[in-house]
Amino acid sequence: MKHRGTAAAAVLAVVVAVGVLAFTAAAAPPAERTVDVTIRFSHFDLASLRVSPGETVRFVVTNTDPIDHEFLVGDAEMQQIHEDGTEASHGARPGEISVPAGETVETTFTFPDQLAPGWEFACHLPGHYAYGMHGAITMVT
Amino acid sequence: MRRSIARAAAVAAVAAVLVLGSAISALACGGLVAPNGTISLTRTSTLAAYHDGIEHYLTSFQFSGKVKSLGAITPLPGVPTKVIKGGDWTLQRLELEVNPPQFERLALTAAAAPAADGAVVLMRTQVDALNITILKGGATAVGNWAREHGFFLPPDAPAVLDFYAQRSPIFMATKFSAKRAAAQGVADGQGIPVHVVIPTPNPWVPLRILTLGRQPQDLVQADVFLLTDRDPAMLPQAVSPDGNTDQKGTILERSSWASNSLMQDLRSDQRSNWIPDQPMWLSYLKIDERASDLTNDLAIDASGYGHPDPVAAGFAFPTLPAPVDGTMGARTILWLGVGVAIVALFVRRRIHASAVRTR
Repeated sequence: MKHRGTAAAAVLAVVVAVGVLAFTAAAAPPAERTVDVTIRFSHFDLASLRVSPGETVRFVVTNTDPIDHEFLVGDAEMQQIHEDGTEASHGARPGEISVPAGETVETTFTFPDQLAPGWEFACHLPGHYAYGMHGAITMVT
Repeated sequence: MRRSIARAAAVAAVAAVLVLGSAISALACGGLVAPNGTISLTRTSTLAAYHDGIEHYLTSFQFSGKVKSLGAITPLPGVPTKVIKGGDWTLQRLELEVNPPQFERLALTAAAAPAADGAVVLMRTQVDALNITILKGGATAVGNWAREHGFFLPPDAPAVLDFYAQRSPIFMATKFSAKRAAAQGVADGQGIPVHVVIPTPNPWVPLRILTLGRQPQDLVQADVFLLTDRDPAMLPQAVSPDGNTDQKGTILERSSWASNSLMQDLRSDQRSNWIPDQPMWLSYLKIDERASDLTNDLAIDASGYGHPDPVAAGFAFPTLPAPVDGTMGARTILWLGVGVAIVALFVRRRIHASAVRTR
């Protein structure tokens, strides 16, 4: 009789623990993830990226080339602005960095809960996007 | 004859200026590096003459436009002993030899290693309005040097520089000084011939560098003249002309002994006493290739053995000796020791058996 009571208490404790864990997992924001990106011969070693809704990603971008590059995260409209734009350098806004030759620069970006098609990471220095310096960002649903 | 050459050269020069218009342009067998990436290269001309182990590389830099910092990078097969001004009209005379002028048509068409460290500067010189620097270094080092000295490198530059640096870490950086050009009275669009003297086992002509900064679909056009002691072997093997004006590839338009008149004319140009006083074989190659297809250089075997080097052509990279560290050395010595011990044991047994039989 005493054993039966102990077993029931143990089961209850497990159920409560699982419930608490499930609740906190649902309520807490996703943990920050670090994504290392290397640029060599004007190409990212990252072909594409999948992110979770609201995920925060710390991008650590290393440029091994003797020329400068950029790493700009954003939707199609933002990418087009930079392709047409004339901003000499980046770094003030999250997800937008200039990566000088031979240097490593990082930026942390929190993605929204939904991504429209056309999100990319890219370099928009003259000719770099057309040369292939871009990759798609999609969301895990 | 001199008058007719001068006249034809003048026509060619006028045609070039008209074709180029006011665009920023440069003609040379080098990759163009300009501030805004909007440069258009038209057909370039190069002479690679080879005699007694010396390559004489002649190219002409022709700048046009208002940009102050414009330059070119040319990979070289070896360290040059000198870089001087080339003959005034040698390239034009070669063009005349293979494309005799048709003045009526012209008039109509005229409207139309030390890898990771810094690069080592081996030589600095000036040829008219050109500042020329000979560099030794890996792709990153040379790229860094170029960037730090105001050259704009397009996105394909790291890969192209690496393609060359793995085979020959010697580069010629040429920068046009608009200020000096104005002071010297160099006219807009006027070519400045440069003569590079390079001791090398075999001549070599860089071609892939012509694709620098070009779009994959862009057509790369170049005239390459070779003067050698005998009929050279080339890699890639040039194709024969098929009669179509839009034929693509590396086309061997002429392969024959140079005419006496051509040799005499070339020898009579300024600073051309290097041309040997003997018959030479003239090869004229027309390069008409999409930038995406021109991924090689032109390797030449002028020795008569007929084995152009695949490494020089860019079809293979040089094989480096396997690294030997302390562990490998010790292991090798250990195996050698084991081998010697086995042989010694075998010999000892044979001697012992022989001694027993003798008893």
